[in-house]
Amino acid sequence: MLDPVVGFFLLGLIARLGRSDLRIPEALYEALSIYLLLAIGLKGGLQLAQQPLAQVWPVAAAAMLWSALIPLLLIPVLRVLVRLDGINAPAVAAHYGSVSVVTFAVAQGAVLARGWEPAPWLALLVALMEAPGLVVGVVLARRALNESRGAPPQSWGQVLHEVFFGKAIVLLTGGLLIGWMFGPKAFEPLDPLFSGLFKGVLALFMLELGLVVAQRLPQLRRAGLRLVSFAIAAPLSLGLVGAWLGMLLGLPMSGMVIFASLSASASYIAAPTALRMAVPQADPALSIGAALGVTFPFNVLVGIPIYMAWAEWLMS
Amino acid sequence: MTAVSTPERHARKLLTVIAEAVLERVLIEDCLRLGALGYTVLDVRGGGPGGERQGQWEAERSIEMQVVCTDEVAQTIASHVLKTHAPDYAVRIFLSDVTVFRQAMF
Repeated sequence: MLDPVVGFFLLGLIARLGRSDLRIPEALYEALSIYLLLAIGLKGGLQLAQQPLAQVWPVAAAAMLWSALIPLLLIPVLRVLVRLDGINAPAVAAHYGSVSVVTFAVAQGAVLARGWEPAPWLALLVALMEAPGLVVGVVLARRALNESRGAPPQSWGQVLHEVFFGKAIVLLTGGLLIGWMFGPKAFEPLDPLFSGLFKGVLALFMLELGLVVAQRLPQLRRAGLRLVSFAIAAPLSLGLVGAWLGMLLGLPMSGMVIFASLSASASYIAAPTALRMAVPQADPALSIGAALGVTFPFNVLVGIPIYMAWAEWLMS
Repeated sequence: MTAVSTPERHARKLLTVIAEAVLERVLIEDCLRLGALGYTVLDVRGGGPGGERQGQWEAERSIEMQVVCTDEVAQTIASHVLKTHAPDYAVRIFLSDVTVFRQAMF
């Protein structure tokens, strides 16, 4: 069964495809995304405060390693099967190495709705898995660029600043630290805003994402059938492996689904901006078309229910 | 009736750069380094032969940077932007004549 927030996403899609004049003001979009990143970070931090660290760090380390490995696995596929060049293949792979915060939130809602025991401290993984894959993809794309066209205009300092001080990482990590330091008791007065309103804000954000995705659909023609197939096959394979890794790491069933969804998801907030700064020669239509135009709707509509069924099967 | 003295007027150039928002910080640094004394940045949206930039989310935002400066500084900034950023980013750049009152500010 789909989460009601998915309905808002579909509404956005239909509105834009039907040429409605519906437009979410930029300032509201910005406010919603800041809220979501901060709320997810805080929730993770609060749970982390109640979690024995010995249980957390192996999962955290494995998650970072795995997300750095993802672009290395995907680049050969993008080069050989999708036939992207040496700059665009790592650029697209960097998006998949990073994660989508909204996919995480939808997956968390889905496991809760199923009544599975939640593992909310996994929000820690969203913050940890945001950067490693992105950095690996960016390094490889810039190396290819150096070989073919000489040094790129932006310095490494500027690129690393964009990756680590981009709003996604600042808010997620900041929220985690605040939640972890102050703990649940001190946090009670803030709870109505950051917990109570979460689902409603997510619904509004999904409406906006529906509008943005629909606007991206014409670009998919430029991306081509090979890239579109990749944008479905890659998350599916990564999601299935992710759930299995989650099981090896001893996560509960809900944790397996969340680990699968994070593995399968591709970034469209942090990665496009960082990539644009780091590797301007890469075509953003390809990576954004794949990550946001295909993979995000695939995960939200089809992927997460599949990862749930797969996790159930693995556990049985 | 006392006559109001008209302030002195001076010719300057208005350099307008419309670019992807990701370049904002870099463009500001470039301008100040190359001799501009100040700048104004606006959030904008628009379209052209390369497609539309609706500014709906992070990756599609655009900015307009305005710099009022001497002709010489405007030329220096324009050639730098055209050489460094225009080949790979969506960048539009144009120059117009403006009149300023306090020349020390520009």
